[in-house]
Amino acid sequence: MSDVLIRLENIVKSYGAGLEPAVRNLDLEVQRGEVLVLVGPSGCGKSTTLRLINRLIEPTSGRIIIDGEDVTSVNPSELRRKIGYVIQQVGLFPHRTIAENIATVPNLLGWDKKKIAARVDELLELVSMDPDTYRDRYPKELSGGQAQRVGVARALAADPDVLLMDEPFGAIDPITRDRLQNEFLRLQQDVKKTIVFVTHDIDEAIKMGNRIAILREGSEIAQLDTPEAILAHPADEFVESFLGSGAILKGLTLKKVSDTELHQVPILRQPVMREDALKELQDSPDQVGILLDSNDKPLRWIDEKALNRTSQPIERSGRPVTVDLQPEDTLQDAITVMLQSSAGMACVTDRRGKYLGCTTIESLAKLIMSDG
Amino acid sequence: MDFIISLFDFALSRQDRVIEGLVQHTGYVVSVLVTAGVLAVVTGTLTRRNQLAKELSLSIASVFLTIPSLALFVIFIPFVGLGFAPSFIALLLYSLLPILRNTITGLDGIDNGVLESAKGMGLSPIQVLTKVQLPLAWPVILAGVRVSSMLIVGLAALATLVAGGGLGDFIKSGLARLPLPNSLESIWLGTLLCLVLAVVIDLILQALRVATISKGIR
Repeated sequence: MSDVLIRLENIVKSYGAGLEPAVRNLDLEVQRGEVLVLVGPSGCGKSTTLRLINRLIEPTSGRIIIDGEDVTSVNPSELRRKIGYVIQQVGLFPHRTIAENIATVPNLLGWDKKKIAARVDELLELVSMDPDTYRDRYPKELSGGQAQRVGVARALAADPDVLLMDEPFGAIDPITRDRLQNEFLRLQQDVKKTIVFVTHDIDEAIKMGNRIAILREGSEIAQLDTPEAILAHPADEFVESFLGSGAILKGLTLKKVSDTELHQVPILRQPVMREDALKELQDSPDQVGILLDSNDKPLRWIDEKALNRTSQPIERSGRPVTVDLQPEDTLQDAITVMLQSSAGMACVTDRRGKYLGCTTIESLAKLIMSDG
Repeated sequence: MDFIISLFDFALSRQDRVIEGLVQHTGYVVSVLVTAGVLAVVTGTLTRRNQLAKELSLSIASVFLTIPSLALFVIFIPFVGLGFAPSFIALLLYSLLPILRNTITGLDGIDNGVLESAKGMGLSPIQVLTKVQLPLAWPVILAGVRVSSMLIVGLAALATLVAGGGLGDFIKSGLARLPLPNSLESIWLGTLLCLVLAVVIDLILQALRVATISKGIR
């Protein structure tokens, strides 16, 4: 997997003799199939660096090599047709339908109509939008999140190897952003593009990147490594201050619930005999047990007090299980659910809602400790 | 009431003159609008990246509007003679500003993200212009064309001063014969026909607007 698709060699971009160069002698390699995130404070030159790759900005000196070919002197328009480009403002063409927008590059490349139409539908499906509903709509009819989905579909239209993304989810509300990030990660598992992703948000960088390049002024690389390594061993004070406090908490987004050991609390399965249940709870080190329905779906947290209150039917005593986790959720999600849950732990189910076990603060702590 | 009847009689007795005047007048409007439209859009397009050139072209187009119309029709006679030519030039100069200003406004008003993404996807500069910039500026340009068309319908009546024909002939001959019989009728007829023509042209431009502007930006 260590084959380099994009290589920037000694790139300089300067806007005038007296001015500090925006990019100073940058060397950067992007591996095929990876998501490389460029992150840094505003004005550090990360967007400039991204736009150098598709030559929306021409370098003052240095070479850009994509897939073995020096692209510094090829026709820039033709180069850009081979590189997907997604920006924060999305920039859909307001006078074209969604289908026409997505078909932009295939049209430029002269694909035939049938192939384009099929590709448009395929891409809309890929970004979870119903082709029949959205094909003939106009951009003004879309929400911000939908517009960016179309933006991503449009960038993928001609199946480019490389995708450049400049703060693609920056202008989207936090809830939708989180969903789009997750969808995008899932999509990337299918399409396996080589992606250079610019953001100023370190949390987004940690979540999205296979590797992260933390940049300081002049697009100088302060540290380039996997998110885990950067969180564990920041190279210098600049990186440390950029990561901010709570690097451990940030690291939680990198781990999955499935990485922890699940804890088994006493299980009460409907229909419950109070006596047996009581005995089981008393024998167990845990304060609470979990009530499951006949399909193993978790219903309520039940403690001793609830069992003793015979005036209530058991399926209405204790406290309800409001949210459950799935093995692929991050530990950050797990902490949130745990803090909300009355039991101090969160129950984990499989995709069909079948109970698997519980995550506890102790199991989280154990996992974090083991990482050092 | 008598006047209205005599106005109708006057118009009916000179049907061929009415038709001739209408045709000449419409000829001015159409030829001037097309020429001014092309000139203004080309100028606006060429100057779009240069602030100075943009301001300069707007200033020049504004200066034309400040020349008294009575004079503007006449001053070209030494160069192009009488008739259609001096009238056409005068009307052209008048109609440039609204279209040019709207072309520039329309091109300036396009969202930067749209241009950035167009470029980023590999549209060549010409394609960006023809597939993105001009279509998006078109509603604004067309609004400028409408303003110019109204301006021209009114001003083309002055073509009669330089033997250029048009509906102004009725007004001029009426004025010359005041207060003889049928003089006021002639003036009214010329004026009313101008109004009718203005309304018809506006309807046509309205239809053009609906037909040529994408539903996405209407």
